[in-house]
Amino acid sequence: LSALVAGRPLQLAARWSAVIAVVFALGWVLFYAQSTNFGPLVDDPRNFSVTLLNGLTLAGLLFIVASGFALIFGLMRVVNMAHGSFYLIGGYIAYNIQQWMTNGGDLFVPSSSINTWEWVVPAIVAAACIAGIGLVVQQAFIRWTQGQELRQALITIAISVIVADQVIAHFHEGLSRSTSWPGYVNKYLDLHVYGLHYSLARLTVLALGVAIGVALWVWLYRTRTGMVIRAGVDDRHMTSALGVNIQRTFAIAFVVGSALAAFGAAVGTAQTSIGTGRDGEWLLNSLIVVIIGGMGSIFGAVAGSILYGLVTSFSAAYLPTTGDNCCTQYSVVFTFILLALVLGFRPQGLFGRAA
Amino acid sequence: MNGVALNRTTVERSIAFAALLLVALWPLLFGAHTYWVSYVLTQTFVMGIAASSLILLSAYAGMVSLAQVALYGISAYVLGNIVAKGEAKGLHLGWNPWFGVVLAILITTAVAVLFGAVASRSSGIYFLMITLTYGVIAYSFFLSVTIFGGFSGIAGMDSYTPSLVGLPNAEPARLYYIALVVSILVYALFRYVVRTPFGLALQGLRDEPVRMTSLGYNVPLHRTLAFALAGFVASLAGILYSWSIGAVAPQTIDLGATVDLLIIAVIGGLRRIEGAWVGAFAFVVINNYVRDVSVPVVGGSFNTIIGLIFLAIVIISPDGLMGLWNNLTRPFLDQRGGGSPSAPVETKAAVSGAGP
Repeated sequence: LSALVAGRPLQLAARWSAVIAVVFALGWVLFYAQSTNFGPLVDDPRNFSVTLLNGLTLAGLLFIVASGFALIFGLMRVVNMAHGSFYLIGGYIAYNIQQWMTNGGDLFVPSSSINTWEWVVPAIVAAACIAGIGLVVQQAFIRWTQGQELRQALITIAISVIVADQVIAHFHEGLSRSTSWPGYVNKYLDLHVYGLHYSLARLTVLALGVAIGVALWVWLYRTRTGMVIRAGVDDRHMTSALGVNIQRTFAIAFVVGSALAAFGAAVGTAQTSIGTGRDGEWLLNSLIVVIIGGMGSIFGAVAGSILYGLVTSFSAAYLPTTGDNCCTQYSVVFTFILLALVLGFRPQGLFGRAA
Repeated sequence: MNGVALNRTTVERSIAFAALLLVALWPLLFGAHTYWVSYVLTQTFVMGIAASSLILLSAYAGMVSLAQVALYGISAYVLGNIVAKGEAKGLHLGWNPWFGVVLAILITTAVAVLFGAVASRSSGIYFLMITLTYGVIAYSFFLSVTIFGGFSGIAGMDSYTPSLVGLPNAEPARLYYIALVVSILVYALFRYVVRTPFGLALQGLRDEPVRMTSLGYNVPLHRTLAFALAGFVASLAGILYSWSIGAVAPQTIDLGATVDLLIIAVIGGLRRIEGAWVGAFAFVVINNYVRDVSVPVVGGSFNTIIGLIFLAIVIISPDGLMGLWNNLTRPFLDQRGGGSPSAPVETKAAVSGAGP
């Protein structure tokens, strides 16, 4: 046993299995992948490109939502378990506003009758409403429990339980609803590569993710508020001692983080749908992005989103199909494998710093 | 102190003994074929076992695990796939029920070793986040993989119990007493383990992981083993669950169920193992009697009430009912032998959770 203890067997095993798994996965996708839906890259680069684009566009949406979670977690060490609930309410608000603007009567409004404002205004209103809710939650529950991480997690879990139930009571019984993209976005774009036609809406999601990322970078690295936030991430006590009103900074971060959840929800509701269960799904997505990427910088959220998006999209497309079914049902296992590989190498996440 | 035997240990042991006597005689006194035996007390024991595994980890190792529901779900799924026959969903292998029990325990414990190893270099709030992802991943796995049961899960498992258990619907008292005995054994096991060198090392790494590392303890290995022990106990809860409910479905282990078990542990108190059964009893009673109530003014259902109770407990008494009991009885009872670990969960999580 002493030999086992001295050799740190868990870490060694994790590292070697990580290397082997990555090499195997690359080899599989490149050359073999015979019993899959898509076939290997060397035979079918078109399918590979579609899968790659699917992964990257998913990463765009993942980044919008998870960057808000990472901002709050990185600065305040608050695991906001209600982040998914903010997403859920935000999506329904965006839906209700779009319905109200187009007199949809709770029916699906086709993209052709949606103009730019009828998409942008719902997204902004949803973000503003959730920013307000976030501020209330932060002031009422988070501010006075500062430093009690577990208690804050439990409080926000309680809030998420209440929100999930209240949404069923007040927003279309929690049933699935979706908004529509403006007409000019909802079409397929000829990429002139391998004869690919790809959804412009998905590319818009990616563009919005990149835009949010650039805006966050400018805010965090080129403005005074951002400088204070980064200082707070490094050492909030010292920042506070230097005369910075750290409570105001915390409130700003929480408001922006909550608004990003709602803006992501507006995008996600147009791309897929909103409904009961999306709260848990997006809490999980945010958690995974932050665990993989590590807290404390937006680069962590970028790396986490891209890795998680790619693994999700490739594992769904490039795994051998099972039984009489069309689909690779067990692809979710690869989310766990990704988590295990990253944590085996870096328990603090790819861009996280050991505290 | 004043010569009267109002010692905390004595008082608490008396209460525990009286409660144990009451539940031991309950089916004889009030009849076995009752709602209370099948749906309240048996469920209390089962959920209490699952919650005790969560509390063991949080109280003695500083690891708040949200994967315990996933682990008991895995155990129930393994059992269901092995024992069910004929038309049942899943693998319906129809093997010997005892073999199913052994395999359910072994596979669940093995998965717990894997889960524990992956999260073993993280602590505090990171551990909670990682184990929550385990829970949701296990849910998605069983929801989408049809060969193990798929969307609707496996039903009719109560027809394939070992002869010792019999048919829970026909003879509810048997399962009742089995769940009671397993609860007592699990409690005794945990009380024993935390006094062993291993248990003391766990408490050491809960409080001072860095110091324990420099003392030569392999902290990740200890965390993994603690998680495996908790996984073993969760697998027992899963087996008892599938016998009493007779079915397992993805909804058994969804996020709501994960949060429910956390609520049980928090209501009971994350610092004392006894709290698991106290919390389970409170939760199951509320669950059974407030189910159909609708909330005035704001609207919503039972879940809003549960959420509000949970919120109130976390705000008023973070150590749950057991913490409330400790506080209320402090003026009257001697402090010796309180039986609770000395470190408050909150501050420890705050200190050790600063980084993995």
